[in-house]
Amino acid sequence: MNVRHIAADFRIVARSYFRNPLALFFSLIFPIILIGLFGLIFSSASSGPIALQVLNEDHNSPLSVQFLAELNQTHVVQVDVVNDASVTPATFATWLGQNDHSVGLVIPAGFAANLSANRSVNLTVYSNPQDAASAGQVYFAVTGVANGYNLEAAHGTVLIQVPPPQNVGSQVLTYIDFLIPGLIGFSILTSPMFSMVDVTSSYRKEGIFRQLSLTPLTRSEWLVSRILWYVLLTFVSAGIMIAAGIYLFSAHVGVTLGMLPFLVAGPFLFVSLGMFAGSVTKTPESAALIGNIITFPMMFLSGTFFPVSSFPPGLQAFAHVLPLYYVIDGLNQVMLFSNTGLAYTDLAVVLLSGVVIFALAVRFFKWRDE
Amino acid sequence: MASAIEVRGLVKRYGPLAAVAGIDFSVPTGAVFAFLGPNGAGKTTTTEILEGLRRRTDGTVRVLGLDPWEEGRPLHRRIGVIPQDFRFFEKITPKEAIEYYRTLFHTRADPGALLAEVELLDKIDARFDTLSGGQKQKLGLALALTNDPEICFLDEPTTGLDPHARRAIWAVIRKLKREGRTVFLTTHYLEEAELLADQVAIIHRGRIIAAGTPGEIIRAHGYPARLSVEGSAELAAYLGRELHVPVYAEGSRVEVELSDRRDALRILSAIEASGLPWQSFETRQDSLENVFVRLVGQMDEGALKSEAPG
Ligand SMILES: Nc1ncnc2c1ncn2[C@@H]1O[C@H](COP(=O)(O)OP(=O)(O)O)[C@@H](O)[C@H]1O
Ligand SMILES: [Mg+2]
Repeated sequence: MNVRHIAADFRIVARSYFRNPLALFFSLIFPIILIGLFGLIFSSASSGPIALQVLNEDHNSPLSVQFLAELNQTHVVQVDVVNDASVTPATFATWLGQNDHSVGLVIPAGFAANLSANRSVNLTVYSNPQDAASAGQVYFAVTGVANGYNLEAAHGTVLIQVPPPQNVGSQVLTYIDFLIPGLIGFSILTSPMFSMVDVTSSYRKEGIFRQLSLTPLTRSEWLVSRILWYVLLTFVSAGIMIAAGIYLFSAHVGVTLGMLPFLVAGPFLFVSLGMFAGSVTKTPESAALIGNIITFPMMFLSGTFFPVSSFPPGLQAFAHVLPLYYVIDGLNQVMLFSNTGLAYTDLAVVLLSGVVIFALAVRFFKWRDE
Repeated sequence: MASAIEVRGLVKRYGPLAAVAGIDFSVPTGAVFAFLGPNGAGKTTTTEILEGLRRRTDGTVRVLGLDPWEEGRPLHRRIGVIPQDFRFFEKITPKEAIEYYRTLFHTRADPGALLAEVELLDKIDARFDTLSGGQKQKLGLALALTNDPEICFLDEPTTGLDPHARRAIWAVIRKLKREGRTVFLTTHYLEEAELLADQVAIIHRGRIIAAGTPGEIIRAHGYPARLSVEGSAELAAYLGRELHVPVYAEGSRVEVELSDRRDALRILSAIEASGLPWQSFETRQDSLENVFVRLVGQMDEGALKSEAPG
């Protein structure tokens, strides 16, 4: 690998990009528009706390009451404990519907006992799919508070003692906080995927790759220069999105060095994937189709706009095979929960799949045909 | 003299189609070699095999002593290639393109000088997608020269260009020859081959049907020269009786086959001796174009006959 070759090719990529207003728009302006749009929708929707119906099957144990109090303190939800003895977990969903409530939460029996014994408990959240905005926010508030407990458990502290508010783990997170890592992941995915698939197939069709094959530039050098370009683009667009989130919507995300590996490994993975998709297809049209088939599910199901934990179990399992899930989960861990331990696992998954796909892309990508 | 290109028994099949059906030729170092043939003859296929862009089905190929497919990397440092339909990064200018190639090839080529050489200096800062077809082709030529190549491959470099752009490309090809480079050129323009090439091979349906210098090809495959005068059918009949060589009456002209130039005087004396009126004599030589058209036509007729159901 020759650094001067990579630098020369990088200049070509950068120039082509700056001279193509549409490409710049999609990489830099589009994310801001998304942040603005989602930010506005959800900040207006959350003008007041959302009424959350809670069925407390743990008979108002002190720990469950404490949990609900913390939930109230998020100001995202207003907890209404259901006092109607005829309502059971089995009839709760129907009851919610009949009474026109859009969100509900069940605290299971044995909640306090299990938590104290460090055994896991399931909190069931009900929501009305037609009210996705409240659903997302409620899930987020509940998982945010629950995460505070889980973190404490991981540190071996007694669960009943709820951490003080300044603890990052129990910090009150809003939807916009969650949205920022999600949208950074969104642009890490979309900006290289859409253009690499297109570039790879159309360069082959136009004979530009054959032209390049007649020079000392190697395929890996070509790929590395694109990866570097998209890493740079990701840094800039992530910076813009974080700034927009913080200044326009008072988001509180942690801007830490822990983000950097994801902002490098993410583009590495998706530039390679885009090139792979563009190389294994014969025409630009089929390449675009394959590109979309790969990109669209990932775009929505990896926790970009809504937390994966709010998905039904089947969809959650599916999300876990999408590489973007690990990019976004990792960014969530470092930016929202300061949980570097979990982020390492995510990073390992992203890097490993990146290396595999890079190798496949270089293997299947032909400068010249037989 | 050593050969720059050596081809023996080259075959390239695309499925059932033999696009190149066993050809042999060699190009001496420093020569301009024109590969002449109609569309679909197999010119691009052969050229790209020589450049290491396509894999051959059979035969041996040596370019500068290297196997183009197996030893592409070292070969590509020493050759320059302008493909049939040259395309490049749309938003990049000729100056940037040459700087890019210069870095990749580690040479000191000067964009200004190279672009002046191909008469593209006025477009040095224009983006590729704003260039005309001829200007794109010229940039291709300039890029092919960035690495100071020993052999230049030009696949139909002037097809579709206006006469002026065509002449500019011809001038560059002549200059390449003066600089001692070998030029491998494909074309379907006869005059181009006749004008530029030291050696010509005519390819049709994947086979070489004639090869040599333009003169050699005409001598081998062309009709003998004719002496032609304006005169009557009566004159034709008289000459036929007197001369014992083929005589043709074509419209108001009489043509006598001239297998040897020294016969001209004898023929003219016979014409004068006839006492019949005649005027404006000239000699007519078969052109490469006639030969080409006839050879290709004969082959197609033959192919039609052999393909006809029977
Ligand atoms: N990649 C290919 N696959 C299948 N057939 C091809 C391919 N390239 C060329 N051919 C066929 O091979 C023959 C020779 O093509 P080509 O070498 O491009 O001719 P020329 O350059 O003389 O016009 C044509 O019949 C063409 O259709
Ligand atoms: Mg051709």
